[in-house]
Amino acid sequence: MSYFRSVSQMDDVMAELSIARKKGHELSLARVGKEFGVADRAVTVLSDIGFDVRPGEFLSIVGASGCGKSTLLRLILGLDTVYDGEIRVGGERVLRPGADRAIVFQEHRLLPWLTAEANVAVALRRSPLSKAERREKVAGLLHLVGLDHAAQAYPAQLSGGMAQRVAIARALVSDPRLLLLDEPLGALDALTRLRLQDELKRIVADEGITTVLVTHDVEEAVYLGNRVIVMQPNPGRIAEIVPISESYARDRSDPFFIARRDEILTQLGVGHSTVKGLSEVEARIDAA
Amino acid sequence: MSRSFVQAALAPVILLILWEAASHSGLVDPRFLPPLEQVWIAGRAEWASGDLAAAIRASLARDILGFIVGSTIGTVLGVVIGLSKTTQRLLGPMLVVHRQIALFAWIPLLSAWFGGGEVGKIAFIAMAAFQPTVVNSWRGVANIPQQYRELSMALAFRGLDFLTLIALPGSLAEIFAGLRAALIYAWMATIGAELLLDVAPGLGGRMDEGQHLFEMNLLVFYLIVLAIVGGLFTLATGRLETRLARWRAA
Ligand SMILES: Nc1ncnc2c1ncn2[C@@H]1O[C@H](COP(=O)(O)OP(=O)(O)OP(=O)(O)O)[C@@H](O)[C@H]1O
Ligand SMILES: [Mg+2]
Repeated sequence: MSYFRSVSQMDDVMAELSIARKKGHELSLARVGKEFGVADRAVTVLSDIGFDVRPGEFLSIVGASGCGKSTLLRLILGLDTVYDGEIRVGGERVLRPGADRAIVFQEHRLLPWLTAEANVAVALRRSPLSKAERREKVAGLLHLVGLDHAAQAYPAQLSGGMAQRVAIARALVSDPRLLLLDEPLGALDALTRLRLQDELKRIVADEGITTVLVTHDVEEAVYLGNRVIVMQPNPGRIAEIVPISESYARDRSDPFFIARRDEILTQLGVGHSTVKGLSEVEARIDAA
Repeated sequence: MSRSFVQAALAPVILLILWEAASHSGLVDPRFLPPLEQVWIAGRAEWASGDLAAAIRASLARDILGFIVGSTIGTVLGVVIGLSKTTQRLLGPMLVVHRQIALFAWIPLLSAWFGGGEVGKIAFIAMAAFQPTVVNSWRGVANIPQQYRELSMALAFRGLDFLTLIALPGSLAEIFAGLRAALIYAWMATIGAELLLDVAPGLGGRMDEGQHLFEMNLLVFYLIVLAIVGGLFTLATGRLETRLARWRAA
């Protein structure tokens, strides 16, 4: 199964999609903190988060479960405006979500009563495009995520990975200038995952979309990101910001790539010692 | 004939046989429980005279008018209430209490306000249709998951977008369950109004006549007509619901 019969065909699709090439937004966070009231007690979920993302930059965020990654994306999008510090998108304080920003939620959040096609089209609800242009755009994106054949299917008829791909199409269809991705490839099989990583990288690079990707997959973070932010929990904070060089980011077997990946894994507490420890335990179990 | 149909038909058939046996054996007074053939004769007479058709027409017209008035007000009000936490806090408790009042308890008040004639009857039928629709559409909209509300924000929905793309389709099943209940309630209320308020043309009116002339076969015949019409309502709404909620079956 191949989504594109040839590279040139893919280029055609890409050319169609980038009708108006816009620059991505700049994103800047300064001393961002977030508390939740849980059972009359304030729990600090994010503390002193600060970073800048250049227009068109791809930022990856990794961190243990519960360290506040989804919360951070919700703040950046403007779904939640109660927080400390400052978040600016394109130089302006975020007050509410807008059509220039898009998110792929951790769960696909497709509307069960709409077909895949209609689910993508809802993001163009307020777009100035004509009906025909919209239809073309929706079809183009469904093609891009390899789901032309499933355009008329309802979410209940899609697999988890297919639904997640529809959600990606929905986020991209409105030509966002800031794209927030919360584990968008989590539900995909390894092969589709690798393919979509490449396509994501292509699209956001071609369109110059500023992108923030949250992922549990460190390799994915290094492969896609210009930088990787490593977060630690309790309270969620930045442990390290790891720059990734284009020179090796494209090759997962490059020693530099592997070194960066291992550095981040160590930061997350799953470094070599743990891996080695596990294999020793396994060896002993095998021997017994 | 399917197995399930045979099974469903078993109990009524046995009942009819017992009925026949009882009224013929003299076990019960046939004046109180007329034998089936008497009911049949009454039915044929009603059919031939055109009374049956006229009665069904009159009752259905009343029923549908009351249903439309009551369920429209109920659904619109319920959806509006469900859309906002404030309206839910302000009006929710009142509606819950309102629901605790037995439907027929409204008859004295409604007939005082609107009279025992056509307007009073339709007001009563509308009240019957209002109750389940307002509660169901309110619950349906209020129960839309928070994730979808967030999605509507994230997609920068404006105006009626949330209503038409999320709130209504998302609560369609519950709204429909309410409408279905309303259709049955309204039908019961129609007959109730015809029997308890002023005598007027309609199925209730024919039953009233059966009672006054002591023609139990006429009365029983119209009971059967009521069952059939009610059954048809249930069947029709079930069909429509399946068609509207195609995505669910998918
Ligand atoms: N609405 C809320 N009220 C209270 N606590 C919340 C709320 N939302 C999130 N939290 C808490 O904030 C913390 C961070 O949650 P968040 O969903 O951002 O984590 P995450 O890093 O995305 O985790 P995962 O990788 O598992 O998705 C968690 O401990 C969670 O319990
Ligand atoms: Mg999360």
